[in-house]
Amino acid sequence: MTPKTFAQKALERASGEQDLAPGQIVDAYPDLYMSHTASWRCIRTLERMGVEQLYDVGRIAMVMDHISPAQTAKTAADHQLCREFAQRMGVRHFFDVNAGIAHIVLMEHGLIKPGQLVIGTDSHSTIYGALGAFGTGVGFSEITAAWVTGKLWMKVPQSIRVEVEGELPAGTYPKDVMLRLIGDLGADGATYCSVEFGGSFTEAMSVSERMTFCNLAMEMGAKNAFVAPDETTVGYLDEAGARDYEVLLPDPGAQYQRRLTVDGSSLTPQVAVPHTVDNVVGVDEVAGTKVNQVFIGSCANAKYDDLAIAARVLAGHRVADGVRLIVTPASATVMAKAAADGIVSTLIEAGAMITNPGCGACAGNGGAMADGEATFSTANRNFQGRMGSYDSKIYLGSPATAAATAIRGSIAHPAEIMAVAG
Amino acid sequence: MTDTRTGGAPILFGDDVNTDVIIPGRYLVSIDPQELGEHAFEPLGREVQEHLRRSDVLVAGRNFGCGSAREQAASCLIGAGIKAVLAVSFSRVFFRNAINTGLIAVECPEAVAAVGEDTPVWVDHDAGVVEVGEQRFGFAPYPQGIKDILASGGLIPYLMRRNA
Repeated sequence: MTPKTFAQKALERASGEQDLAPGQIVDAYPDLYMSHTASWRCIRTLERMGVEQLYDVGRIAMVMDHISPAQTAKTAADHQLCREFAQRMGVRHFFDVNAGIAHIVLMEHGLIKPGQLVIGTDSHSTIYGALGAFGTGVGFSEITAAWVTGKLWMKVPQSIRVEVEGELPAGTYPKDVMLRLIGDLGADGATYCSVEFGGSFTEAMSVSERMTFCNLAMEMGAKNAFVAPDETTVGYLDEAGARDYEVLLPDPGAQYQRRLTVDGSSLTPQVAVPHTVDNVVGVDEVAGTKVNQVFIGSCANAKYDDLAIAARVLAGHRVADGVRLIVTPASATVMAKAAADGIVSTLIEAGAMITNPGCGACAGNGGAMADGEATFSTANRNFQGRMGSYDSKIYLGSPATAAATAIRGSIAHPAEIMAVAG
Repeated sequence: MTDTRTGGAPILFGDDVNTDVIIPGRYLVSIDPQELGEHAFEPLGREVQEHLRRSDVLVAGRNFGCGSAREQAASCLIGAGIKAVLAVSFSRVFFRNAINTGLIAVECPEAVAAVGEDTPVWVDHDAGVVEVGEQRFGFAPYPQGIKDILASGGLIPYLMRRNA
């Protein structure tokens, strides 16, 4: 039998078809349909369709994350619509404004499992590959259609295999690996492709770090991303209470459109400079650039270990005068853990403001910039006007670089601070 | 002339035009294409917005619509009066959202290269032809499933018609 990629196997499972080749179009039945704040649009669309009968309400997951808590009467009404819909239709997987970012919340609650096909109203749904699932972003019309019909058409993608090897130098993190890769491949380097990550560095990563990899794969256009489930994955799934899943692994000898190897030991901290994510330079090239704000948040880098890294850099230091440091934990669970073990105190003592879990400033809510301002952010996008004024700038990097930048008030190499801190 | 032929005056963009530039996140509280259309390309300034409203076909380089899964990036263009988008390539999600909202999206690098500021552009998605002034370019026509969705004006009207 012809060896297959993960994507081929996942779409065969989801469509019930055999021997799929890249380029073929199938009707796929996703295991889970995630909708975030866009849920209200899906509900309104459903009303317009005049349909009450849903395909499988158990596959619907709704998370109120992009605008949380509500900031206007309009968004409050949108949330209310979602709450009432969930109650009326029996949507069990409903997470309200206190839960956090959809992707992280669903994984923490054991709703994402290896081998599954998951669609979400968010482009960074590629993140589900961190647990060996096929996750991909769609619009709200398609989620609504899936609620009703249970299916959507999908093209079997070509696959790109990326092996990450070696150890990263001090102050360098998985975020830096991804920024470099995006910089090298370009914003459309993996368009329509499934990106499989492997290699010794990837295999040694935590699930949280794998999330950072798979999340950012979207920024080079990936349809989905994937890390092979292993003991690390099983440990995470056990803790999250995920049961009954089928691990799908690519076959040795599977056909890839492209194979790449990244040597981690050759990297330095990386920064994506305005206004595209593939505009990537080494931190030394932009060191000293003044910032007005630092944002540690988003589905890319606001998980527990991200906050822990930032706290380690910030411990015993103060945020520079005139700089605002906003820390938005990815989920309520992350926040509770970081509060329990002193990380939150360390951040507050350094001068950070901690906001409620959710998408926060990354989605343009709370933490907007004025004309001429700059933010250093751990998020995954630096598009013009994404965080307030169209005449403001966003730089992207790791939590360590963000923390060092907050202390200096200008972009700084984390090793500088860490070396001083000993 | 078939009823699948549409077009007129073009507006030109470069590579990697992202969804935040097409429709900033602050306007996603609306799903009304007309209202969204008023804010399309707001980060690029009033001149671009006015040009957009005088245009029928949006012509772009590589990776048009990269970024967010927001469907409004497609529907706002419809609201602004755009009938078709011609690009060297699209981001995956934008392409799906275009079809699902009934916006014609065609990849044809040769045609893009031939377009000038004032050259009228016409697209026939059924025949797989782009006309740029006097020149004609072919592209692989859509599969029947996508043609059916476009003929209904988008995914939701398509499903409604099938269920009726």
